[in-house]
Amino acid sequence: MADIALARAPETAREIRHARRLSVGAKCAMPVAVLLGIGFLAPMVAILAYSFATPRSFDVFRSFTLENFAGLFDPANTVWLSFAWSVGFALFTVAILAVVAYPIAYGLNAVFGRWAGLISVLFVFPLFVSENVRLYGWVLFFIKNGVLDGTLRWLGFSGGPEVLYTPGVTLFGMAYTYLPFMLFPMTLGLALVPRDLVDAARDLGAGRLLIWREIELPLAMPGILIGMLLTFVLAVGATAEAKILGGQSIIVISHDIEIAFTYSQNWPLGSALAVVVSVFIAALTLVALSKLDLDRMLGRR
Amino acid sequence: MATTPAVARRRTNTLIWIWTAFVLIAVYLPIVCGALASFNKSRYFGFPIKVYATEWWQKTLDSIEIGMLVRNSIAIALLVTAISVVIATFGALAFARYDWKGRRLYQKLILLPVFFPQPVLGLALLLGFNAVGIQTSWLTAVFAHLVWIVPVVTLVIAIQVYGFDPSLEEAAYDLGCTRVQVFREVTLPLLWPGIWSGMLFAFLLSWSNFPLSLYTAGADSTIPKWLYAKMVAGYTPMVPALGTMATLGAASLLLGGGLIMLLLRRRQPA
Repeated sequence: MADIALARAPETAREIRHARRLSVGAKCAMPVAVLLGIGFLAPMVAILAYSFATPRSFDVFRSFTLENFAGLFDPANTVWLSFAWSVGFALFTVAILAVVAYPIAYGLNAVFGRWAGLISVLFVFPLFVSENVRLYGWVLFFIKNGVLDGTLRWLGFSGGPEVLYTPGVTLFGMAYTYLPFMLFPMTLGLALVPRDLVDAARDLGAGRLLIWREIELPLAMPGILIGMLLTFVLAVGATAEAKILGGQSIIVISHDIEIAFTYSQNWPLGSALAVVVSVFIAALTLVALSKLDLDRMLGRR
Repeated sequence: MATTPAVARRRTNTLIWIWTAFVLIAVYLPIVCGALASFNKSRYFGFPIKVYATEWWQKTLDSIEIGMLVRNSIAIALLVTAISVVIATFGALAFARYDWKGRRLYQKLILLPVFFPQPVLGLALLLGFNAVGIQTSWLTAVFAHLVWIVPVVTLVIAIQVYGFDPSLEEAAYDLGCTRVQVFREVTLPLLWPGIWSGMLFAFLLSWSNFPLSLYTAGADSTIPKWLYAKMVAGYTPMVPALGTMATLGAASLLLGGGLIMLLLRRRQPA
């Protein structure tokens, strides 16, 4: 009997610890949950409430109307144009960055060896420089009498192309700003591809294109998808590029929201726009994330 | 054909090196352009620069207004770092260490603020502050930064948590440690590298943040906010000078932080 009791004891202790661990996890999540509840959910509720308020008023929680949304979906309203520009810019940004970042992500995993750490840091660092500063640097580069124009003149050409304040340079600025957000998830994704699998395929006579299509790409897909999602979502919400490099020649959707809140002082309309954009982004994010296993992505290195 | 797979692979690798170098140059080109503009003696930028001078750097350093911005930016970033690292350490344990019922959902919800457009988040927070009747100032900006930075830092620390062996904690419990002791003597030291990188991320992301500060800092200005205002109207070479200074500040912090981490790692081999 005593033996059995001894054998049982650790078992129950572990069970107790296990039960406790469940609650510990929830407790650890509490501070974050409270912060995001107050700082993220509550403002979203406020925006939602405002979007149903009387247009051009501050009567939040006291009036209810669908006028703001009706206005947005009215064909006479050109706001869909801003939305189309934003989505278009974002799609192109994703496509460009997928091509630009893939070789670098591959290099970080398989080519750079001991330099990989340093190169990663060099790609991370611009995130810590305000994007205003970096985009303004491009203005100084592309502007008339700027670095490009001046250099070309100095070399005897007739001067640089006038690209500033065009949609093209806005797209360039977006690809520039969001490069790290594509590069690092992609690198994590490619790190999930087991090297011996590639070697085995090569030994069995698979060509490089075949290896890439049948092994590398499918196994790295979770990372690539996260990178694409992240860049797409951030680019849809981007304003700085269109304002600083694009010279406000094109109004993107977030800029429209800002205009409604600031110049036109129409908070209900701005809120309705923000609600539409938020729902679009949240739906996209949650659907895409539900297909991905974050534990595997972040944990296996 | 003449090319063997080994030769082809070497050629691909060379191309990858060249491409990476090219992209890196493009990444740093605008920062260099800003630095060049800040050393231009004349008020308006023209390239090639005719006369180089450091007078705009001097003027920037002497400006009382800019001194105040820098103090605001540092105060915000320090407070954000201190608060976010505590919240995010626990958040990362909940993210990666413990199995609990709501974890899958929690992992996804915590990403939402990261994916959310920051100008819209800033406006939403402004609206929220307004609805509750809170006057915006640098303190509300701290709160706004936290909403975005805590999830990022949580992810940074979570990566470290994944690499840590829970049986070490179990062993400490079996040897009779209390939960506080385990946390202080086992969990924290093992997570330290992740926490340190998380702190660097928190400080630097807050330091460089513009969209959130724009709407939630009220009358208090920060470095990125001031820079934007001057870019839109009233350019002087103090704009690139302050921008370059902020960049150099971030770079030295990153370098110092990296060195400290290397030293710590060398002193206590894992």
